[in-house]
This record gives sequence, C-alpha cells and structure tokens, in this order.
Amino acid sequence: MKIIIVGCGKVGSTLLSSLALEGHDVVAIDSDPTVVDSITNIYDVMGVSGNGADCAVLDEAGADKAELFIAVTGSDELNMLSCFIAGKMGASHTIARIRKPEYNDRSLGFMRQQLGLSMSINPELLAAQELFNILKFPSAVKIETFARRNFAMIELRLRDGSPFVGEKLSELRAAFGTKFLICTVQRGGGVYIPDGNFELQAGDKIGLTATLSELQKLLKNMGIPQKKAKHVMILGGSRTAYYLAKMLTNTGSNVKIIEKEQQVCDELCDALPKAVVIHGDGTGQELLLEEGLASMDAFVSLTGMDEENILLSFFASSQEVPKVIAKVNRDELGAMAERLGLDTKVSPKNIISDVIVRYARALENSLGSPVETLYNLMDGAAEALEFIVNGDSRITGIPLRDLPTKRGILIAGIFRERKPIIPSGDDMILPGDRVIVIAAGQRLRDLSDIV
Amino acid sequence: MNRRMILYTLGKLMQIEAILLVVPLAVGGIYGENVLSFVITALSAAGIGTLFVLISPPRTRVIYAKEGFIIVALAWLFLSALGALPFYLSREIPNYVDAFFETVSGFTTTGASILPDPSSLSHGTAFWRSFTHWIGGMGIIVLCMAMIPSLSARSIHIMRAEMPGPIVGKLVPRARDTAKILYLIYVAMTIVQIIMLCVGGMNLFDSAVYSFGTAGTGGFAVSADSCGSFTPYIQNTITVFMFLFGVNFNLYYLLIFKRGRSILKSEELWAYFGIAAASITIIAVNIYPTYKSASDSLRLSAFQVGSIMSTTGYSTADFNLWPGLSKAVLLLLMFFGACAGSTAGGLKISRVVLLIKMIRCNLRKLIHPRYVGTVQLEGKTVNEETQRSVANYFALYAFILGSIFLLLSFEPFGIETNLSAAISCFNNVGPGFGFVGPASSYADYSAFSKLVLSFAMLLGRLEIYPVLFLIAPSTWSRK
Repeated sequence: MKIIIVGCGKVGSTLLSSLALEGHDVVAIDSDPTVVDSITNIYDVMGVSGNGADCAVLDEAGADKAELFIAVTGSDELNMLSCFIAGKMGASHTIARIRKPEYNDRSLGFMRQQLGLSMSINPELLAAQELFNILKFPSAVKIETFARRNFAMIELRLRDGSPFVGEKLSELRAAFGTKFLICTVQRGGGVYIPDGNFELQAGDKIGLTATLSELQKLLKNMGIPQKKAKHVMILGGSRTAYYLAKMLTNTGSNVKIIEKEQQVCDELCDALPKAVVIHGDGTGQELLLEEGLASMDAFVSLTGMDEENILLSFFASSQEVPKVIAKVNRDELGAMAERLGLDTKVSPKNIISDVIVRYARALENSLGSPVETLYNLMDGAAEALEFIVNGDSRITGIPLRDLPTKRGILIAGIFRERKPIIPSGDDMILPGDRVIVIAAGQRLRDLSDIV
Repeated sequence: MNRRMILYTLGKLMQIEAILLVVPLAVGGIYGENVLSFVITALSAAGIGTLFVLISPPRTRVIYAKEGFIIVALAWLFLSALGALPFYLSREIPNYVDAFFETVSGFTTTGASILPDPSSLSHGTAFWRSFTHWIGGMGIIVLCMAMIPSLSARSIHIMRAEMPGPIVGKLVPRARDTAKILYLIYVAMTIVQIIMLCVGGMNLFDSAVYSFGTAGTGGFAVSADSCGSFTPYIQNTITVFMFLFGVNFNLYYLLIFKRGRSILKSEELWAYFGIAAASITIIAVNIYPTYKSASDSLRLSAFQVGSIMSTTGYSTADFNLWPGLSKAVLLLLMFFGACAGSTAGGLKISRVVLLIKMIRCNLRKLIHPRYVGTVQLEGKTVNEETQRSVANYFALYAFILGSIFLLLSFEPFGIETNLSAAISCFNNVGPGFGFVGPASSYADYSAFSKLVLSFAMLLGRLEIYPVLFLIAPSTWSRK
C-alpha cells in the first residue's frame, strides 16, 4: 500500500519505521533536508524535502496515488491543511494529528467532516487514556481492553512470593478457580507463548487475559491490591497531564499537579478547578516530599525530559509510592530504565504508531476478517489483535485443540453473542465471533494467517 | 563493524554468480563445446558461497555506510577472481593474471583486452566475456537486490556504494522495487537492441554479444577489428544505443511511468547531447580530408564519440591514426563520461557541470567579496556538503590518476601510451592511444602493470571510495 507521511519527528519516524517493516511503500516528507537524508539512510523509504502543504511537493511524493496520507508535523494547522490538499489531489484516506485542546472540543467532528479527514489522532489524549487505564488497575504494568471493553489483557510483573511463582500453567487455572489465560511471558530478553508445562519464575513479566469481572476476582485471589489510585501526583503540566487530571478528577480521584511555569499553572488552574496545582520545580526532592509524595497512591512523571521522568520515578519508588509511571519517549532509554527496575512507562509515540498500523492493516483487507484492534505487547515483541470472523471455513467450526496454528500463535479470547469465552481445547471459532489472537514474531494481516 | 553480515552477503553474491555461470555453460553446450571449466567454476562459486553463508550467520542485519562500501569492494574483487577461472581453466587465456585482468575489465565494463584476436575464443567463453559486461553494467549488487528479498532493510547503503553519480536517489519507496525497475528497463533495452541488430543481418550470437557490450557500455568485441567490418546500418544502430545507455536511467523511468515532458528539463541530458553534438562536428570536419566523404566521416565520428563518451570502447576505425585534434577531443571525452545513473564510467556529466558552476560562483566571490550566490543543478540548489564532496572527489580522482600513470611508467612504452592507458582504464573506456590503441591490445604490459590497471578499473567503476576504504588500515582496526 502506498503511504505518505508528513513530518519526520518522533512520531513520524516511529510510524515510518513500523509501516516500512510492514512492507508498505512509504514516502516521507519533511521540511528539513538533513532529516530526510538521515531517514532515507536508515529506513527503506523514499524521502522528499519541502513543505507538506505545498502542491508541488505533494505531487513529487505522489499524493494523488496515495492510499493513506498521514500528517504528523508539530503544527495542527499544517497537518489539517496538508491532509485537506492531499485529499483533494486524490489520496484515499487521510489522518491528521490534531493536539490542541481547543480543536479537540466540539469543533472536532465538524472540522473532520469538512476537511475530509478519515481520522484525527491526539497523542496526548491517547496517552492520558492509557495512563488512566493503568491507574484503575495500579498493580498492572499495562492494561488493554478488547471487544468493547469486555475483555482485558494486563501485563503483570511477578514478584517474589507471588502465588504464581513456581507453578505450572496447567495447574494454575484449577488452583484459582477463575477463568483466565496466560498468553505471553517475557523473561530475560526473550518473549514466550507458553504451553501448559511452562513454569513461572519470579521476575517474569506475564500477559494474561480474562473478562473484566473475572480479572477483579483473580487479582483479589492473588493477593494483589486492586484499589484504584485515589491520590495521584502528576509532575509536569503538559497536555497529557491536563487530559489525565481531567479524567481522574471526574471519577473522584484527588490530583496534585506540580509545574514550574507560572503561566501554565494559571491555565491549568482555570481548566481544572478540582485539581490542586502547585507552582514549583518538581526536580527538587524537598518540594515533592513537602507535597506529600510518600503518602500518594501513584506518581506520574510527565515532564518533557525522559531522563528527569526516569530519575524522579526511581526517587518516588524509593519513597515507597505503590505505583510509579514515567513518560519515556526514547525506546532505548525506556529499555534501559526497565532493566534498572522501572516498573511502568508510557510512550505516546508508540501508542499512536499502534493506532495507525492497525488502521493501515484494516484498510489492506477490508474483504477478509479485518483487524479491529491491535496492541503491541511486551515492548513490541508480540502483538494482540482482535478480529471479527467473516466465515472462513479453514478455521471455523474446528475445536481449537485440532486447529493447526502456526508457532507463536495463541487464541486468547472469543466473544460470542455478547458473552466472553476464555477458550480451552474444546472451544471453536464460529462466524460472527470476535476473536483475540496473540502473535509473537510475526505480523498477521488476516485471521486466516494463523494457520 | 558487522563482519558476519559482510561475509554472509558475499556468500549470497557468490551463489548468484554460480547461477549466472549457467548461462555461458548453456551457450557452450548448444555449440557442442567443452564446458568443464564452467561446471568447475560454477560449483566452486556455489560451494564457497554456501560455506560463507553457513559459517557466518549474521547476529544482526544492521549495516552502516562503512559495511556497504566494504561489501561492494570485496564483492567485486571476489567475483572477478572467480569469474576469471573459466578463461584460465579452459587454457584459452593460459595466464591467471591475464584472465583476471580480462574479467575485471569485463565486470567494470571497461573493455580493455589482452587478447590480440578475440575471434579465437570458443563461443561459451566469448559469451561469458561479454556477459560480464552486461552484469557489471547495472551492477551485480543491484541485480541481487532485485532477486533476493531484502538482504537488509539498509541495503540502500550497498546500492549507493555501487551506483555511480554524485547523488543517488530512489525511484520508488522500496530499494528492492527500485532495483527491479532499473533492471527491467535495462533488460528491455538490451532485447530491443538484439532484435534490431538481428534485423540488420547479424546472427543471434553476435547480436547478443555486441548488445551486452553496448548495454553495459563495456566494449569487448569478438572480432579483431571491433565493429569496423559491419554495415553502416549496424554501426549506426550501435551508435544510437551507445548514446542511449549513457543516459540516466531515472529519466527512462520518468519517461515511461510519469510525465514524459519533465525529462526535457534535465540539464545533464542537454549538456550530454550538447557536448556530443559539438564533438561529432569537430571530429567529422577534422577527419574529412582522410575519408573524402561527408557521410563516412560523420558516421565514423558519431560512432567514435558515442563509443568514447559512453565509455564503451568499440571502434569502427583505428582512431589512433586520426589527426591530433580529433585524438585530443576523444581524450577529453574519456574524462567526461556520460550521465550519472547510467551504465557508463568517467567523471559523469553532472559532476562536470557542477564543477564548472562551482568555479563560476567562486570566481564571482573573489571579485565581489560580499557576493551571495548559490549553485543550482536541475533547478535545485546544491548544498555545501554535496559541493564539497564533488570537489573532493575531483581532487581524489586527479591524484589517483596521477599515481596510476606513475606506476605504469616503468613500462618502456612512452608517455602517450601509458597516460592514455591509465586514463582509459580508470574511466572504464577500454582502448587508448599508441600501443594500446583500438587495433592493438594490453597484452604487452607486464603482470605488475596489468594488476595496477585492474585496480584502476575497479577504482573507476566503484567511484574510488569503496576500494579506498578496503585498503585503508583504519577500516579494519577494531578501535
């Protein structure tokens, strides 16, 4: 599929690397020739330098034949304009990054319609939603929902003394009396799709699926506190912080935001009457302690600097804050921090990249069983995908035990007639089902790819 | 440095060479010749290649520009060393250094030969000799990229090291598709030429061999007088195709798949045909007293200009006997070469144009110290870095040419022969003047000089840097 990406910043380059790896023909446009040069050196894409809203530039990139046009420059207005022009030139689908809160208000639907956008994405809002989900289940490293929020997949890190440690998977389900499925295990550098004989160890990061109600029960049985975070401290008054604080205060949590710019503090104060806004430099430990860091349920570090976020998260952990989350945009830093013991991190650019890759895959096969939802698990080593089954005789009607799936494929959940099923060997896939598949080491485009 | 990936890629390339060797093997078989030399070579190429692939599975496929250069330089050396075996094993060229020279000359599309009479070669060997031109013309690595699904996501580094020209861009987003399109155009043009030569009454074998020589802008002929005894129709057809293969292939892509008109705006194309037209006129007028016929002098002049400018090296007349002015023009054309992104050698027209524009801009700056000016090529401003790299390339080019000339001067042939041999081999043309003129061969040079010239041909074809990095000690130290 031919895809054009305007803007090769953090988000743009993450996107073009994952889309090029998916095998698409990607053309990147950026106003800075040196950026274009370095990008074409690293990735197998074509580069055009120039203004992304300039017809001549778009023409050179071949916007008239593009099936997907994505504008992710730093400026909302430029994104909207270049999507609008590309759409008029003949690009079939356009996606613009629109991040200003005022555009994301009531005017969004109108603008999207008038500009002919297929989708608008707001990285800060998406990141805030992910943070909000995590704070609802503070014990999880990450939580994703499927099938209209009926299924959940959470990533947990097993600590010493967890009842899972030392158990074989085949015995776990009976021992806990609830229905759940362990789909992925990350140990050392590798990611495994475990079978019944797999034995869990302390330090493993596991991904498990269950229905939302079963999940509550399971976590209780495991002795993991699952109270949602009631008192949250947010460092840095970014847009993500604003969206997150709004969601948290609306559900009754207490939020304290620490921000060092007076003007930003004033704006936050106006927009978030229920939150407590503190003006001060959050990198000073004294200030954090004075504001009661030690008694918080959760600490979320959202400053613009990855390094600050990581270091302050370690400080918060040392003060025994139960849940600590850092925003880390650079993948290599995130991986290092995790090795040092950082528990949970969010990366806005990876969240967007998930969303757009899913969109591209759904475009590619609107005939078969298209991808409904896609999440990257275990730092991108595995994927969880949700499909709607459109009647494929090769896989439907066969008990899962007899289905010859490829290595690294696991059917993690089936949602049939509004009822979630955690599948065992006797269950089968039927037309009309929503199916959740975990895939490690391969990229699925269609449900039939699993056999 | 990712040594495993280098070895692995080399292994893959040798496997490809083994497959390519099947073609001359089949040709030899059709003519009922002894093809044992090809069987042995193909098997050893496949064997060594597979060994490399097996002993060196890469831990990571990530490579950088440095590895790209090394892979290309080593690949060309290894493939030439293996490609020389059929000549040597069949005893048709009994000396291995001679066989190596001939093969390097083939792959680098130079066309300089040590054979006084190539018509004595068997069909299979003669076919392989010209087939190396065709393979080397567009580049063996580009061929592999078109054939093997993604050697590496960063294969652009390898491609860039092999493709000539100051700026190498992609036609389409994926490197593999770009390689495929280039080869598609290349194959199609070669087939058209074969058909047109057959129509002119040439037999299929000769048509194929001469078309390979033209397409790769190589110049190996299978008769001692190159193209001298052909009919005017065949000579003119070859002239046209020599010029066509000297045009940037990107322009053909634009012509076929995009708007055809935009190629008329190409500055390089205009310069190319402008220089060609001027040279043809000068030489035609200059040689008119010798041939006493306007149509003959024009035909001979056009053929020779096309042959030298595209760095092919065919000849229809012994231009060694032409007046001094014609020889001087031809010698200058050897430097210019044809367009970047074609199969030709030389400095490339775009570099020459760019150098002239840079000189003009810098002269203005000397006269008006506060003068602000940019250098533009094809309607786009050329940034300082590209300008610096072109100037640097030119300096290096001149320096290396001088060194080659110096190393050849141990031979007792005099300045004209040695200098023209150095220029001709370094620019991948083929014939020179004096004792290495179109009517004679490189057979009289010593083994040492033949190796120097082989090296010169590799330096010229790969545009210096890959070979230079290969011999630089700092590339190999672990620090």
